[in-house]
Amino acid sequence: MLALQNITKTFEGKLVLTDVNLRVPKGATHALIGSSGSGKTTLLRITLGLIPFDKGYVKINDQALSSFSPIQWADRIGYVPQDGGLFPHMSAFENVSLIAKLRGWNKQKIRVRVEELRKLVDLETVILGQYPFEMSGGQQQRVAIMRAAMMEPDVMLLDEPMAALDPLIRRSLQQELKSIFQRLGKTVLLVTHDLGEAVFLAEHITLLHEGKIVQSGTYRDLLLRPADPFVTAFINAQRTVPDAAEVA
Amino acid sequence: MSGRIHTSGRNRVERGAAAGLLWAALSLQALPVFAADGIVVGSKVFTEGYVLGEIAAQTVETATKEPVARKLGMGSTGIVFEALTTGAIDVYSDYTGTLAEAILKRPDLKSVEEIQRALLDMNLVMSGPLGFDDTYALAVKESFAIEHNLHSISDLQKVEGRIRAAFSYEFMDRKDGFQGIVASYHLHFAQEKVSRMEHSLTFQAIDDGAVDLIDLYSTDAKIEKSKLRVLKDDHEYFPVYQAVWVARKAFTENHPRAWQALLNLQGSISEHAMIEMNAQADIQHVSYAKIAAQFLGSEAPRSQSLKSNILQRTREHLWLVGVALLFSVLVGIPLGLIAVRFQAAGQGILIASAVIQTLPSLALLCFLIPLFGVGTKPALAALCMYSLLPVVLNTFTGIRSVDPKHVENAQAFGMTRRQVLFRIVLPLASPTILAGIKTATIVSIGTATLAALVGAGGYGAPIVSGLSLNDVPTILTGAIPAALMALIAYGLFELLGLAVIPAGLRANKPRPTRKQA
Repeated sequence: MLALQNITKTFEGKLVLTDVNLRVPKGATHALIGSSGSGKTTLLRITLGLIPFDKGYVKINDQALSSFSPIQWADRIGYVPQDGGLFPHMSAFENVSLIAKLRGWNKQKIRVRVEELRKLVDLETVILGQYPFEMSGGQQQRVAIMRAAMMEPDVMLLDEPMAALDPLIRRSLQQELKSIFQRLGKTVLLVTHDLGEAVFLAEHITLLHEGKIVQSGTYRDLLLRPADPFVTAFINAQRTVPDAAEVA
Repeated sequence: MSGRIHTSGRNRVERGAAAGLLWAALSLQALPVFAADGIVVGSKVFTEGYVLGEIAAQTVETATKEPVARKLGMGSTGIVFEALTTGAIDVYSDYTGTLAEAILKRPDLKSVEEIQRALLDMNLVMSGPLGFDDTYALAVKESFAIEHNLHSISDLQKVEGRIRAAFSYEFMDRKDGFQGIVASYHLHFAQEKVSRMEHSLTFQAIDDGAVDLIDLYSTDAKIEKSKLRVLKDDHEYFPVYQAVWVARKAFTENHPRAWQALLNLQGSISEHAMIEMNAQADIQHVSYAKIAAQFLGSEAPRSQSLKSNILQRTREHLWLVGVALLFSVLVGIPLGLIAVRFQAAGQGILIASAVIQTLPSLALLCFLIPLFGVGTKPALAALCMYSLLPVVLNTFTGIRSVDPKHVENAQAFGMTRRQVLFRIVLPLASPTILAGIKTATIVSIGTATLAALVGAGGYGAPIVSGLSLNDVPTILTGAIPAALMALIAYGLFELLGLAVIPAGLRANKPRPTRKQA
């Protein structure tokens, strides 16, 4: 379980996040959505432990971020950066195994775990020896998920997982991502600006606007019982959204 | 006229600071790293010096049956003399006037005996005069002399207001040069018509009619070639410059036969013979070895084979470049890292290394001589300084251009600062850093040829002496290997790139991505 409690953050005297509360139950997939400048990237960085914040708690399974060392925290959260964020100078295998290697895992243990994850994300073995520039966007994305899951984190955090993919690929990958999440059985927080993606992948959606949570709930809640005119405006501003029949 | 043709040391010896430095390099090559064990003959960097040096070397070889190392064309008086006092060479030829004034700073010492005594206090031994005198002289074109009826320096008063003169730097700066002569002869040249220039160019200037009056050495072979009239020193102003051998006392004691053979040459080289030999070298381009052999009535010795010569130069050059390269990597990369990390210090480092780069190499070598003396040390110091900028700058640029998202991602994965640097940042910056090291190396290979100017040897040695003699084949024995070394270095860096640069960054043609999921 991932919980953000009363997170407040000022930057250069300006309030960027105000009293943000978010709770992702164990095994659930949750989407944090907002337009650029909404504060979602700041919240993502806070969750990753990369930047300090003024008030509040970040907790995994009721243990606060402050009680972990940065390394321990990093191993609790599997992070999938935007577009996968693979290191271009490392092969897929090296990318996936990098942190395990740094933590002193032996080769055998690494091989076994990589193989396990490879099957889970359904990646061809040959791809493991390739460099990012040789892989398709979808392959990169899957390798990035393997890397994030390598250390058996409690929570997976994905930043705009499909922002750079073209719409058709996106559609098929979305499908796969959903089943990968199910197979992984992890708590997942997805940060995106794309409502369609959020709706497709996540049971719960939290809409962030100007550093505050405007509404948190299912898509149905947001659509039918908007907490604020902004929610409706945000939904209507998306180019393609499911129609009412689909939601029902 | 032939009496003062051109041999003497001073003029040519110190053709100006720059040329002097150049030569200095040659002299020192004997020093630290590749010092020879046997007898070493040195010389200053002008024709007469080379000829006398070769005569000395062959004389000693005949007397001792041992090969003699030649460090000819080492540099100007100061450099060759320092090489002698430090034991880098055993003997060379100089002139009484030069020794008294430029070395001992005792213009009052007039006689050979007085100078010998003063040198003995420095553990140096001077021979008696070799037989000819090479002093400063002033000369005009024969046609100009006829037109204005000029025979002596006193006659210059007739044309003092309009005559155009070009004097060597050394002549302008020496107390017994320009200033002394105008005072002694009460000459009033128009200041704007007196220019200072490189000595060898003054002949070109007078040939072209750009100037009317130049200074030269009395044994200069070009007097006849350029149809010059040497003006009589009717006040006997110029001091006497008798050619002599100067040797280390230890050498004269350890090799009495060799020294005796050299002493046997006292009084045996006439002014006419010297002018003749200078002319053979300067005008007919006969090799020094052959000229000396003819004079000594012997067979010209086989000179050091081209192959072993080039091998030795290669060792010297590799040493210079190798040390500079090592320095640029060990110091340049950390400096580049510091520059990235600390803004203010970074700017300072980048500016400082850029400023070093703008210093002309000769000037830098000049600054370094007081600190490091002559030889390999100042050359290495200069090369290290020059090789710094490409490495520092490329390290800085390479690291700055690493996408910050990779650094942030690495931190998010729980990598330490050190791990981020060594696993992510440096590998990603490695192509740029390696390119900087490659630039530094190739520039060093070129710049190291200038090291010959301060006596560090290397491929610059034949280039420098070839340039001074206008001897293209000699220049090529330095220039071609230097170019080859640069090419080989280039190739090796390409190979090194394969080993060092991560394969993922070497892709020149990324396959299309994001086509399929």
